[in-house]
Amino acid sequence: MLTLLNGWRKGFSHGLHPPEHKELTADKAVIRLPFPDVVYVPLSQHTGAPATAIVRPGQEVVRGEPIATSAGFVSVPMHAPITGRVREIADIPTPRGQLVPSVIIEGYPSADQAILYGAPQDIDAMTPDELIAAVQETGVVGLGGAAFPTHVKLKPPEGKSVDTIIVNGCECEPYLTTDHRLMVEQPEAVLKGLAVIRKALDAERAIIGIEANKAEAAEALNKVIQAADRVEVCVVETKYPQGAEKMLIKSLLNREVPAGGLPADVGAAVFNVATLAQIGELLPKNQGLIERIITVTGDGIEKPGNYLVALGSPIRHVLDYVGLKKGKSRVIFGGPMMGATIASWDTPITKGVSGILVLSRGEEESAAARPCIKCGACLQACPIHLNPCFLGQLARVREYERMVDSFHLMDCFECGCCTYVCPANIPLVQQFRVSKQIIREQKAAAS
Amino acid sequence: MSKNVHLLELQTSPHLHKTSSVEHLMRQVIYALMPVCLFSVWQFGLSALALLLTCTIVCMATEHFFCYMAKKPSTLPDGSAIITGLLLALTLPPGFPLWIAALGAFIAIALGKALFGGIGFNVFNPALVGRAFLQASFTGSITTWTPAFSPNRFAEFVPSSLALPFCKPGAIDTWLASASVDGFSGATPLALQKFDHVSTSIGQLLLGTTAGSTGESCALILMAGGAYLIIRKIMDWRIPAAVLGSAFVVSGVFYLIDSSAYPSPFFILFPADSCSVPSSWPATWWVRP
Repeated sequence: MLTLLNGWRKGFSHGLHPPEHKELTADKAVIRLPFPDVVYVPLSQHTGAPATAIVRPGQEVVRGEPIATSAGFVSVPMHAPITGRVREIADIPTPRGQLVPSVIIEGYPSADQAILYGAPQDIDAMTPDELIAAVQETGVVGLGGAAFPTHVKLKPPEGKSVDTIIVNGCECEPYLTTDHRLMVEQPEAVLKGLAVIRKALDAERAIIGIEANKAEAAEALNKVIQAADRVEVCVVETKYPQGAEKMLIKSLLNREVPAGGLPADVGAAVFNVATLAQIGELLPKNQGLIERIITVTGDGIEKPGNYLVALGSPIRHVLDYVGLKKGKSRVIFGGPMMGATIASWDTPITKGVSGILVLSRGEEESAAARPCIKCGACLQACPIHLNPCFLGQLARVREYERMVDSFHLMDCFECGCCTYVCPANIPLVQQFRVSKQIIREQKAAAS
Repeated sequence: MSKNVHLLELQTSPHLHKTSSVEHLMRQVIYALMPVCLFSVWQFGLSALALLLTCTIVCMATEHFFCYMAKKPSTLPDGSAIITGLLLALTLPPGFPLWIAALGAFIAIALGKALFGGIGFNVFNPALVGRAFLQASFTGSITTWTPAFSPNRFAEFVPSSLALPFCKPGAIDTWLASASVDGFSGATPLALQKFDHVSTSIGQLLLGTTAGSTGESCALILMAGGAYLIIRKIMDWRIPAAVLGSAFVVSGVFYLIDSSAYPSPFFILFPADSCSVPSSWPATWWVRP
């Protein structure tokens, strides 16, 4: 184990060390949950244009069958997560909060749920462009939470090239252990996916970045990596938000992505381990993304664990199996630092949901905000070196333009470190989210 | 849905919060100040105790009064007024007239804090606003030093402590003569350095066996308080390092130019008089940008 600590732990400056709570589920092997009676497949569960439905109400679909096609390059198709009949296409609440048109499929209880779609394809014989198109067909998006279509990242903007592929196995959010389990249980799939991505991008180097608290995962990967793979596993400091793209690039390559820029600007491309594992599994068979691993955890859950669920499963279905403790609770899709609470038990698990966290009331009583005492804690927490305390004051007086022009508001990726550390309980990141939205709306109205 | 008796709570992320609060921070600063306060009482006796209590109580009363007048919830529980009171008292001479100290404490909170909108909105450290006011208004009293470890310090007040408002402090000179040990001059290390070119030894400065303001003389205890704040991660070590480092470098330059006229930079490092860094050590917490 000592051999994989590359002498010193690589990291970035600032950030924080929230309690991890990963012990609840870190040792629990992934279990498949039963198929739900009904699934809701939102046509927009990724960044980019919503997919176009190609099924009609009443139509029978088989598990794995395409039910929506991509509408343009920055878009992905959808596949039926269960065998059954399309009930209707209606608006359904999504984890992001909006109502989104979704394909609602009622499952056949006696169906064997075999995947009858897809055919083997020889990925070794494919050209990079063919690979990109094939990746788009699988419907895979960033499974770490951003849900950005993966194939788009395989085509760097004109004039830019990627020399290093970074595989993100950090999983810096407290509580979540999906990526951890995946690396431990299916390290080969990650490498297979990496090989595809690497061919498409023609990148020289590949580094798998793993936080130091997941030594088991690093070991599992090191065991299956052959010299011919030309992949290095690099253990980085356990620190939030290590798994943020820009932070990980800084930690591993000591390159800084310019403000408003993309990883490709510094010759890097970052992919989540789960994303690569899905590509490694699906691409050779030309199948679509229909399920994913999620961590269901928190003190409001009776059987915390890592579960393989059909995409589109309503949260009600998942919680029925893992047991929800009685009382008022906060149900969060994602981790506790950046995840969003949901307002409906019908909210489906979408591609970007890495976990369900249920916190019982009282774990986090939100105290009233008080005046800023200029203690500077947020300045020392912000991983991209913004000035949250001053931005917060500007937000209060609605000087949004100044926030953007002089204080780089738009570079904030809403990791929540500032709110976490604030002794005066000022909802800083919440103010920034609202400010950014107002700015976007103003810009949209002006153009 | 009907079978589901659970209620959903909606809240935006982050859903975790560090277990730190304004109260917690202030409490830590108060803890860090306690050894200095206790040492000063041991060193200067009843007068120092009365001075600390007067400043603290008046600061708290003023804080509460202004919150009451503004019809805002009282900010007394956050503890910041206590810190202001303690800091102010620690910067004053131990035999400082209590009525002036009370006035200074009122000014500190009223002018230094409440006027700007209360906690968090003050531009300057309120304690130092109070001190600046007293420095300008009562120059005589604020430069009258009393000896440390006077034998009767736990039995009687320094006469000037109990001076009546707007009356000349009692016959301090005769008291000094009767109370002081053999050959005690009453001068602080800085005054000795400036007027008599006598350097006080580093050992004395460290242990605080010299005259001076209530809470400035024992450098060791001050440093321990600062170290506590650094260890508890309340204060960034770079702040005191910057203040002391600059003092050391600047005085070092002068010392190199003429070592007979200027004190050694090591002398400057120790809180030697109220014009240097003593009580602003914990208070640097306030000035962190």
